[in-house]
Amino acid sequence: MTEEQQTRQKQARPLSTTKAGETVKLISIEAGRGLNSRLASMGLLPGVEMKVISNGHPGPFVISVKDSKMMLGRGMAHKIMVV
Amino acid sequence: MKRITVALAGNPNSGKTSIFNMLTGARQHVGNYPGVTVEKKEGSCKHAGYEMTVVDLPGTYSLTAYSIEELVARNFVIDKHPDVVVDVVDCSNIERNLYLATQLIEVNVPLVLAFNMSDIAKQKGLVFDIEQLSGLLEARIVPTVGSKGKGIAELLNAIIETARQGKTERIHKINYGDEIETELAKIEPLITNTEQQLAEKYNSRWLAVKLLEQDSEITEKIRNKEILETVTASIEHLRIIFGDEPEIIIADRRYGFISGACQETIKSTVESRHSRSDMIDTVVTNRILGLPIFLLLMYLVFFLTFKLGEYPMGWLEQFFSWAGATIAGFWQAGSENWLKSLLVDGVIGGVGGVIVFLPNILLLFLAIALLEDSGYMARAAFIMDNIMHKIGLHGKSFIPMLIGFGCSIPAIMGTRILENKRSRLTTIMVIPLMSCGAKLTIYMLIIPAFFPEQWRGPVLWLIYLTGIVLAIFCIKVLRLTIFRGETIPFVMELPPYRMPTLNSVFIHMWQRGWMYLRKAGTIILALSIILWAAGSYPKPSEKSLVGLNPEQAQQTKLQYSVIGRFGRAIEPVLRPLGFDWKIGTALIGATAAKEVFVSQLAIVYAVNETTDKSEKSVKSVAPTLREKLQASYTPLTGFCIMLFCLISTPCVATIVMTRQETNSWGWALFQFFGLTALAYTITLIVYQIGSLII
Repeated sequence: MTEEQQTRQKQARPLSTTKAGETVKLISIEAGRGLNSRLASMGLLPGVEMKVISNGHPGPFVISVKDSKMMLGRGMAHKIMVV
Repeated sequence: MKRITVALAGNPNSGKTSIFNMLTGARQHVGNYPGVTVEKKEGSCKHAGYEMTVVDLPGTYSLTAYSIEELVARNFVIDKHPDVVVDVVDCSNIERNLYLATQLIEVNVPLVLAFNMSDIAKQKGLVFDIEQLSGLLEARIVPTVGSKGKGIAELLNAIIETARQGKTERIHKINYGDEIETELAKIEPLITNTEQQLAEKYNSRWLAVKLLEQDSEITEKIRNKEILETVTASIEHLRIIFGDEPEIIIADRRYGFISGACQETIKSTVESRHSRSDMIDTVVTNRILGLPIFLLLMYLVFFLTFKLGEYPMGWLEQFFSWAGATIAGFWQAGSENWLKSLLVDGVIGGVGGVIVFLPNILLLFLAIALLEDSGYMARAAFIMDNIMHKIGLHGKSFIPMLIGFGCSIPAIMGTRILENKRSRLTTIMVIPLMSCGAKLTIYMLIIPAFFPEQWRGPVLWLIYLTGIVLAIFCIKVLRLTIFRGETIPFVMELPPYRMPTLNSVFIHMWQRGWMYLRKAGTIILALSIILWAAGSYPKPSEKSLVGLNPEQAQQTKLQYSVIGRFGRAIEPVLRPLGFDWKIGTALIGATAAKEVFVSQLAIVYAVNETTDKSEKSVKSVAPTLREKLQASYTPLTGFCIMLFCLISTPCVATIVMTRQETNSWGWALFQFFGLTALAYTITLIVYQIGSLII
């Protein structure tokens, strides 16, 4: 891991703390391999930029990634680390 | 005429189904893949001297071994050697959709890319250099608009050309970067040398990539220890270098390959950010408006399915009672024999009992098709997710459960909208707890018999509520025991809103209706005839009926039959619930259909009853029957009857439907006995505690 990656990891916060309208960059997903791989196939990979469309507190999250809108459960939003 | 097999792959929401419908029209066949509950759609079409069998693979984002749908799709592509694989790509969302294509490229199948929704891409201002992109991906690309049937002829031509060409060696490979390529270079030759069979069947580079991705299915296939050890060492090494799982890096490189290919070949001319879909979404998923809009639409679904369904159902009922009467007319009074009873009560009654659900099923699937094709279904899941997730189900489960209040048969079929198997099975298991329309006829008989006017509403409400509370309880228990597992990771794409096309809506409806008649209908019919026989045989001797009026004769006959005897035999078991053999007999008869409980009870009490089982007869029989019930039982028993009917023994049609949708008699019987045991326990507790208090 490079130094830059490490500092990024430290600054990272869960997606659930973001607000609607923010554009953030994905750092890591703290989940099992199965889920990680599924999200990767949907385009949720480290480094990808995503826009928070709604933080429908307390409901699910809507983000926009690579031209498509995706809805994540609240639990998921806690596991996705972004800067 | 040459025969070829074409497999359709693609992401969910890529419009794969509309392409499938356009290619095959109504020549479709829906079934299951052997051993799993994944739906398999097959169709055929003819073009330019070729006869094609088109197989619609499950919609997937990838070809990993993590989900059953992806495995099914992958195994079909690899094991069944389709002559051509068509990857349906939503080209208005190209990068994400090409991810699946990269994996098909790697398996090296003869590939055609259908760039679907090319009209929407145009609106978005996307311009493709198809020729160059086709060269980079080494596959023919055909722009299509599935919903309007555009580009279908070109697609068929491309399929045939590709099939003629067969498998070719690829020039371009997806480059995974030096670190991964070094490891692949170690593993690949090992596979080629030691696992020749596998290497022949699969492509050895693909195998090597899958091993680095720690694909469980492929890893299991490898016998050679040296390969496995090399792979483990490589994975460790890559983890250290990248600080992440190799499969994530591999996915990243695939996306890298895609964006490389797209950068050169796709130009975006207009910068349009606010699409119509976004505007609709701000209203429909709004925090305040979202729920009321959802509830209104659900009300419309319910209304369409049951209120509108009432008319055709009425016609069908009329038709069958007319058919019954006509056939009965062949026998003169006094000369009736077993054949008449078999035809009129057994066959016509049974067929009628099957077909009567058809309007509901067709209308429900019309509504579901409209919700799904328009893109609203994903939003409905979004809105209900918060509530449904708390009890451990997917947001979409709400829809079949709501339908369950009308009838369990379409509801169980409606669980097809749920992709997750555990979620789907859990929902199917609890659907009978939603008080269906037929159970309402039982409540309508019992409640006025035992409860004063002002209590009637609340008692009915209490019964419905009990069902809902029990359903939530059962879901919780099931999710903690047999359907335990990671709570469904809730990630879903919100597809853009689209206008549903008549064609696809009707094909969807027709498929479901036909499937119901063919699969469930036949078994329901057979079981109805068995139940009819059990209620009619053995017959008492003519002598024992002498001097009885028709009602008493009917009573004697029922008591003498298998059902009557069985009802008597289980009396000791039912006694602690406050039930006697009469209720027992009616309960057994009610497995045919819940509303039969009322007519059976009428027979047991020798109350005059007309032969047809329509609502009118329930009304005409009710007052006298209510008096008898009032004289025989306490309100507590009355309440317990309703409680038991609510929870216990789903009707024959429900059992068959569960068996069909879960693909196993095991689940159907589990549901049957599980609910009956639950009903027994709860009714026992209520009756025993109730008797102490009152």
